Formats: sequence, C-alpha cells, structure tokens
Amino acid sequence: MPDKMKNKTVSDRRKFILRMARGAGITALGGFVWSAYVDEVTASPLLLRPPGAIKEEDFLKTCIKCGLCVEACPYDTLLLAKPGDNKPLGTPYFIPRDIPCYMCPDIPCVPVCPTGALDESSVTTNGELDINVSEMGLAVIDDESCIAFWGIQCDACYRACPLLGEAISIVYEKNERTGKHAFMKPVVHADICTGCGLCEKACVTEKAAIFVLPKEVAMGKVGDFYIKGWDKEDEKRLEDAKEIKTVTEISKKSAIDSLNSGLGDLY
Amino acid sequence: MATLWNNYRYLFFRRFTQIGLLTLYFGANAWGWTILMGNLSSSLFLNIVPLSDPYAALQMLFAGAVIATDILIGVLIITMFYLLIGGRAFCSWVCPVNIVTDAAALLRRKLGVDEVSKRQPASRNMRYWVLALSLIISFAMGVTAFEFISPISMLHRGIIFGLGFGWAAMLIIFLFDLFVLKNGWCGHVCPLGGFYSLVGKFSLIRVQHTVENCTACMKCKTVCPERQVLHMIDKESLPVLSGECTNCARCIEVCDDDALSFSIRKLAKNKKTGE
Repeated sequence: MPDKMKNKTVSDRRKFILRMARGAGITALGGFVWSAYVDEVTASPLLLRPPGAIKEEDFLKTCIKCGLCVEACPYDTLLLAKPGDNKPLGTPYFIPRDIPCYMCPDIPCVPVCPTGALDESSVTTNGELDINVSEMGLAVIDDESCIAFWGIQCDACYRACPLLGEAISIVYEKNERTGKHAFMKPVVHADICTGCGLCEKACVTEKAAIFVLPKEVAMGKVGDFYIKGWDKEDEKRLEDAKEIKTVTEISKKSAIDSLNSGLGDLY
Repeated sequence: MATLWNNYRYLFFRRFTQIGLLTLYFGANAWGWTILMGNLSSSLFLNIVPLSDPYAALQMLFAGAVIATDILIGVLIITMFYLLIGGRAFCSWVCPVNIVTDAAALLRRKLGVDEVSKRQPASRNMRYWVLALSLIISFAMGVTAFEFISPISMLHRGIIFGLGFGWAAMLIIFLFDLFVLKNGWCGHVCPLGGFYSLVGKFSLIRVQHTVENCTACMKCKTVCPERQVLHMIDKESLPVLSGECTNCARCIEVCDDDALSFSIRKLAKNKKTGE
C-alpha cells in the first residue's frame, strides 16, 4: 500500500513538472517565432518618415500608429503601412515619386503627434516651426541616368527644389565631347537638403535619376581618424577624440632576417 | 417584431457603437470630420480630448519609449472608463474583430462544428501568457511587439486608412474560430482581451443572474463567448464577477425567463448579503 501511494505522488509531481515544462516550452517557442517575425518586419531601412521623426530605432517603439499625422497632411503625402506593403505595420511613411512632401510652413503633421515620435523641437528654430530644418532624407543623384550628366540641358530638379539654389546647385563644366558646350550638373548639398522629394517627383527620366534616401543610408561616416585641420569647427572634434594605443606583436628577429632572405619570406 | 427587438436589442446597440465609431474615424480621414480622429490605438475626441489604448502604451513603456503627456492622459481616461464602469466592454462594444468572430461563432453553431470537435484543445488562460510574452518581447526587442502583428489594429486601421492584405488576417481568424477552436481568437489568444479582462475585473456594470426565474434552458451558455463566466446559471443568484465577461449582453437577450439582467455591482452585492 505505501508503495502504491509513493508511486502516485511521484506521478503527480512528474505531471506538474511536465505541465510547467510544456507551458514554458510553448511560450518559448511562441516567443521566438514572434520575436523573429517582429525583427524581420521592423527592419526596413529604405523608409522615409514624416518631418520631425525621431531616430528610427526610437520611432518604432514610440509611434502608436494612430494615423493623426496622415490625417493632418493636406496633400495625402503620408501613408500608413498596411499589410502587404512590407513596411513596419501601421507606421507612417511617404513615397516621394508618387506624392512628395510639399513642406508646409505650419507643418500640420508634427504637432498632432500624441507620442512625440514626431518631435516638434527638431523642426523648430527660434521658437517657431521651421520645415526647412527637417531631415526626412537626402536626395541622391545617379549620374549615369541623369541626362544633365550626358550634356543635355535639364534643371528640373533644381527648379523643383523648395530651397531653390540652396539644396541643389548647378555646376558648370566643359563638355569635352563637343568642345563647345557646357555640362550643367546638379549637385545636392547634404546640409541643406530636407529630403522632401520634390526633385524626385520632378525628374524627367523614366525612373527618377535623383531620389531621396534616408540619411543613414545615403551618407557615409568619416570617424575620428580624419579631421579638417583648416576648419576650426571640425578641429573641435579632436577634444572628444580618445587615445587609442595599438600594440602589434612583431618579432624583431624575423624582421632582421627578412633582409637576408629572399623576398619569398615576406609573403 | 417586439420579440425580435427584445432578442437583439443589445446586439443592435453593439453593432451600432462598433460601426458608428469606425464611421467617425473613417469620416475624419476621408472628409475631415473632427469628432473623432485617429484610430483605436490613439485618437483625438472633438479636437481636444486624447484617448489612447492602454495596452499599446504599456508595450511602449516596456519597449523603453518616453510616454508623452497626451498619451498618459488618453490612457488614464480609457483605463478609468473600463476599470470603473464598462468592464471588458471594449471587446464586444468597440472592437471590430468582434463582428468577425461573432460571425464565425454563429456559423459554427449553425453548422454544428462542435458536434464533431467537442474537445477544446486549448486553455483560455493562454491570453494571459500571450500578454506576458508581448511585454517580454517588447522589453527585449525595444519595439511594441503586439502592435506590429495585431489583427485588431490591422482591421480598424485598415478600414480607416486602407486595408491592404488585412482581409487575409481576418479570414485567418474567421477560419480559426470556425474550424479550429471555438471562440479561439477573442476567447483564448487575444492579449488585448486578456488585458481588459484584468482591467475590467472590478467594474460596476455586471450581468446579474436570478436563479428563481431560471428554467435551465441553457440558451445563455450556448451564445456566451466566455461560457465559463456563467458558472452560476441554475445554481445561485449571483452577479457575473469574472473579468472575462465582455458585457455583450447576448445572454440577457436570449433569456426568455427574465433570469439575467444588467445591474450595478454594489446593488448586486447588497442583494447577495441581503442588506
């Protein structure tokens, strides 16, 4: 009889442990699938956000996907990502080739944001809303397909730019092919361009030769190793630079020997 | 006609609020109405009052976002409403997915799917696990985990701003509820339902059962999407105290014997203790 009872308690305990393990296992399984999916759908680096959008990483956790910015946009520029768009679901974005941002001076899309995912302070200068300082992206030119680089006169993007003459300038260059004409090449200035996409909309080629990319995608980064010595502002970066000491293991003996042996040792 | 009204009056009101709210949202986007702008995640009532989904805000908090004042106020208003008054009413009076799952449940009854699959292979507590999991993933990955997969948001956002492939998500839920698990989505999986079950546990509006009138026809249990909350039927005169009751009032409507009615919690308590 005691043996029988003992068996029963063991099996109950085992049942309990098994049930717990099963619960934990299913939760872990679901958790990993869910995490993997979320990780996949939130990775969309080629997305253009409304003006004033905070850093993408913070944007994804802060935006509540209410669509108030979309409703505020008078040009129907902004869209909310829907299933099938392959963009982070429910977050606002725009496609400049379809409808660019017309850079309203009162920026109606930003103050309506309830979460601060669109940050008013980032599009404000001297206490007033200023769309010209927004950084939605950066226009990039493919000079292979830009007909101005072929020598055909076209300044559609230059004329379309709301910051005329500032964000895009036209650079003259001699056309060696004809010997008597000039190239009139558009050049984008990254510090001025807001990424509104009016140039992309205006571009005359079949697929736009000038197009807006998110700044993190379009721009490189120099790092701390190169400083413009002639630029007082840039030199200030030296103050933040940290000293890095690199130690490389070199055998003195083999270095000397290499002079006496054939070149083969060097490789 | 009178019986028809009697049997479907709350259902009519529920569909009216569900569709009415979506119409107001839709009008805000399509024609610039300013009564109710945004969507069920967060909205602006009459251009002044913010209203926000507390569960979405909770995920934001776990993801490490800074919660803005507007969201905080909106969350407070919504939470207070369901906490003090409505209970889990969001699920049956506001959420548009309810229309889909109700349709699936109706068809399931009509087809008699339960006759061939009597066993319910899942626990209704699953929603609380999903709820906990959503917060863990939000914390670990720094994104609002459920908001990126939520079929609820897909539907209401879809109706207001464009559906895309959202219809497929609805079809999945419909088929899941119809063939796989009875009341599968709303009654087992949905973490928002789980969230409101916890929030609405102490609300004032409750369904009250009067056992003296009960003829044990069990019509109420047949229509109830959360039948475990009706454990007192034909046994005791008790209010439905479980937070999992959505206050959908289908049980009240189908009862021909006046054994179920809405009541206020405090009165119900007094009745029980005989005060």
